[in-house]
Amino acid sequence: MLSCKEVGELLSQGLDRKLSFRERLSLKMHLLICKTCSCYEKQLQFIARSARRLMQSNRDGEGIPPLSEEAGARIASQIKQQLDDNKEEKTA
Amino acid sequence: MSIERPQGAMSDPATWVTQHGDALYRYALMKMRDQTQAEDMVQETFLAALKARDKFAGQSSEKTWLIGILKHKIIDHFRKHKREQSSDDIETLTEQLDQQFDHTGHWEVSLARWQDPDQAHENKEFWKVFAACIAHLPDHHADLFILREVKGLSTEEICKLLDISTTNNMWVMLSRARMRLRNCLDSRWFNHDNQEVR
Repeated sequence: MLSCKEVGELLSQGLDRKLSFRERLSLKMHLLICKTCSCYEKQLQFIARSARRLMQSNRDGEGIPPLSEEAGARIASQIKQQLDDNKEEKTA
Repeated sequence: MSIERPQGAMSDPATWVTQHGDALYRYALMKMRDQTQAEDMVQETFLAALKARDKFAGQSSEKTWLIGILKHKIIDHFRKHKREQSSDDIETLTEQLDQQFDHTGHWEVSLARWQDPDQAHENKEFWKVFAACIAHLPDHHADLFILREVKGLSTEEICKLLDISTTNNMWVMLSRARMRLRNCLDSRWFNHDNQEVR
């Protein structure tokens, strides 16, 4: 029989890999009789759903946005600065 | 400028942002937490490329070369995060989680149910709390959770990026990250009232 702690880890792993038949079976047995672990299972699933939703809204919102003009300008000026510094070093 | 450009030489760095900025930024954004971090990575990449310009052999395209530098910068970033977290911290944090179970591995205190949790998705305040709870995780765990659940990277890719030796280690860490996130959401959102009464 699995302990609740082991069940907690397996429930998490179930979100990352396909559990073996044996693992699924012992999970099911435990969840049938353990209210707290069933509750934990639902909460983990909710967290996963929330994360997926966040991923979706990141994607849908603007698609994957391009570099903002502001950041682009800032980076370009950094590059220019370093180019100028290099030139000065060479002429000095 | 009348410098002759032999085949395979680099283009003028002054045009890099226009030419490659978007591609690098999008690549960085797939792995970094937010825009600012991704922008920083792009900037660091260009500046490093500028210094290493002489080493560009022209065997790959300029863009491929830049992405290669970016990849290294991203890995460095995550390594630094990992180093900043001392092993003492990690141990204390793990102990805290273990206290939720008794010595036989059973829950010390049973968990309170979350009433109709999906309703929270419609609430803007919830997303603030969700982001805050992720930010509250130990850095390395936050990186891991975001790469896995929000960016949807594969297990192999994450292990490489975060320098995690075995997938088993990764699962253990992810499990802890999720439990910690659960505890945070529980006290800061779902059972907020209970907490205040206590």
